[in-house]
Amino acid sequence: MTQTPLLRLSGIVKQYPGCLANDHVDLTIAPNQIHALLGENGAGKSTLVKIIYGVIRPDAGETVWQGRRVVIQSPAHARRLGIGMVFQHFSLFEALTVADNIALGLNDAKDRVGLRQRIIDVSASYGLPVDPDRTVHDLSVGERQRIEIVRCLLQNPKLLIMDEPTSVLTPQEAETLFATLRRLAAEGCSILYISHKLDEVRALCEAATIMRLGRVVAQLTPRDKTARELASIMISAELKPAAERRPPPAAAAPRLVLNRLNLRATNPFGTSLQAITLSVAGGEIVGIAGIAGNGQGELMDALSGETLAGKPETILLDAVPAGHLGPKERRRLGGCFVPEERNGHGAVTTMSLAENAFLSGHLRGALARLGLIDRRRTQDYTARIIQRFDVRTTGPQATAKSLSGGNLQKFLVGREVMLDPAVLVISQPTWGVDAGAALAIHEAIVALAAAGAAVVIISQDLDEIFLLSDRIAVIAAGRLSEPVPVADATLERIGLLMGGVSPEPAHV
Amino acid sequence: MMDIAINLLASIMLAATPLLLAATGELVVEKAAVLNLGVEGMMLMGAIAGFAVAHETGSVWLALLAAIGAGMALSLLFAVLTLTLQANQTATGLALTIFGRGFSALVGAGYVGIAAPELPKLHLPGLTDLPVLGPVLFSYDPLVYAALLILALVAWFLAKTHAGLILRAIGDQHDAAHVLGYKVIRIRYLAVLFGGAMAGLAGADMSLAYTPLWAQDMIAGRGWVALALVTFAAWRPFWLLIGAWLFGAMMYLSLYVQGLGVPVPQAFLSALPYLGTVVVLVLISRDRRRIRLHRPAMLGRPFQANG
Repeated sequence: MTQTPLLRLSGIVKQYPGCLANDHVDLTIAPNQIHALLGENGAGKSTLVKIIYGVIRPDAGETVWQGRRVVIQSPAHARRLGIGMVFQHFSLFEALTVADNIALGLNDAKDRVGLRQRIIDVSASYGLPVDPDRTVHDLSVGERQRIEIVRCLLQNPKLLIMDEPTSVLTPQEAETLFATLRRLAAEGCSILYISHKLDEVRALCEAATIMRLGRVVAQLTPRDKTARELASIMISAELKPAAERRPPPAAAAPRLVLNRLNLRATNPFGTSLQAITLSVAGGEIVGIAGIAGNGQGELMDALSGETLAGKPETILLDAVPAGHLGPKERRRLGGCFVPEERNGHGAVTTMSLAENAFLSGHLRGALARLGLIDRRRTQDYTARIIQRFDVRTTGPQATAKSLSGGNLQKFLVGREVMLDPAVLVISQPTWGVDAGAALAIHEAIVALAAAGAAVVIISQDLDEIFLLSDRIAVIAAGRLSEPVPVADATLERIGLLMGGVSPEPAHV
Repeated sequence: MMDIAINLLASIMLAATPLLLAATGELVVEKAAVLNLGVEGMMLMGAIAGFAVAHETGSVWLALLAAIGAGMALSLLFAVLTLTLQANQTATGLALTIFGRGFSALVGAGYVGIAAPELPKLHLPGLTDLPVLGPVLFSYDPLVYAALLILALVAWFLAKTHAGLILRAIGDQHDAAHVLGYKVIRIRYLAVLFGGAMAGLAGADMSLAYTPLWAQDMIAGRGWVALALVTFAAWRPFWLLIGAWLFGAMMYLSLYVQGLGVPVPQAFLSALPYLGTVVVLVLISRDRRRIRLHRPAMLGRPFQANG
């Protein structure tokens, strides 16, 4: 390619306290190119794109846009240059309408003239249907992403940055997105595509820049490499084989039963649960797949007892009606729960690990004596968690917030697994966790099921669901599908269910 | 009977005005997701600043400017503490009220029991002299009309203008607004200052029109009622008006019953407007879903730009 690059970054440095997020990063994007930016969590991808979009300023380095040196001052400046961005955690306003949301991304008053009609025109011409008058909180994640893309397209961008766009989409929605992106590239808009899904990148992108620990470690053409080769460049440690598949357990008594569980959402942006029915036997792992915001949070709260289900018989823990019991009573019955959000929900970030261990473990772990904290036993118990799960920390007295995400997650899962639960419910067990820690967490879950516990995993990560589960169910719009054995589940079938489509009965 | 009705309506309009002014200001502040509990303190500062300037200069218009300035000065202190220095908004707001009460009492010590010029009443020849309509519609001081006009402008600003949309967006999701490039802190400063100006004006309405004299603690909890109005109106301007009028009606009712000599303890009657307004507002705003829908999602949460 001899033409002037659209964007050339050289020597970009960004230092955060205690972490060099970008260490002399170079990146070159050609016109019409779909360029992948690959790397693990924490490799510095997000920092780099925020620099390109003007959200943060680099400490050093040079930015050349269409052959001219620029210092991108702000997102508004980036948009004026022709850079648009679709965020991973959407930058949308839930209480506002689609048209209002789009208007907020347009700085020039003249861009907002006749906005409703232009939204309809652009969305029709790119096959991205959006209704300008609907309120965002009513919309699915896929629809929300379309709004962000339409918002960018209204400004005729020359570069569109997409931050992990498919992590929230069904496989079918992802295909539609790829078609749109290919068309945009053909029409002259370059795309910077951030992902850690290697197959996707190989199918879509013409060039790739791979980052690891803040540095660029390779610039290559992804089609020339296998997914495994790309992974080994991206991940520092050699990948260990995943946990062994176990034979499906023999029929055992159900330890967790949900009986037509209905729950009206208290939050107007929430999802109501409708007649959720599920039975999980001892030794079994049931995976619940689904796109974020389809009732997973509400289901987790209903299972853990943070929201009471009302009628006692709707939830049975080891055949004991528990729908009316709070979290403490359910823990007494042998239920253990790991919520999705580590900070502030799973752990009190400003307290020590020992204190955090006490909070959930004092009943089953017998860490209290005469109503007082037994410091020695709590300390021992915490030390055993740290040792068994290889939690990298300075010791039981370290505060929870001093741990990295992966280490804290290992600790929180370990804290519950050590209690030898009858029923374990985990939401997003390895979200934002590096490959090594994910493996350790998966092994712990499998071992627990092998020991006879009933395990429910609520996850958006389909690879994880397929890897661990004996049976898979899908939650969509607050309804849970009939669980199918993993051997009968195909990616396509699960994908359709995630999109709220009930597949034709068994035509496999 | 007609007289009672006319008196009732006039009393409602007059008693509602300071509440409406202060609540309109706080509505804008809270729409930007800042919770300033210092309304009572800012009203007291506005009341004494307005009264003192009116007494010293004889000009009620200068007095109103002084009241606005006093309210803004105190709200600027709040903004620096909570927005720039990230202090806790609840604690800072309470401190602001305590400071306002003490400082206004200190400044006002020499002004107790003396007179100052009052705000003039509207007099439109022909209209004001009309029977019934005259006293009910065309006989108030200018702040009564200003309060209604400002409320209407604020409602229009929030619902229809792009700047109002940005303000609501910042209250709904400040991080998203930040990555789109909006200056969250700067916009919140402006909202807090507007709230301070309105609270100052509300205080001046008390000391120059409603009960035209200065007495220590003369706001008597109206700042708190204004705060409650904003919440129970579920951040909707029209319901602010209903709530303020309701308070005015209750005020008249309690005075009327006292005048009749009904054997009810006077302390209870004085408390009635506050109690009654809050109870009625709670009853009409029981729908939690609606409240959450209109409530600025980031209310009271500090914002820090971190990339």
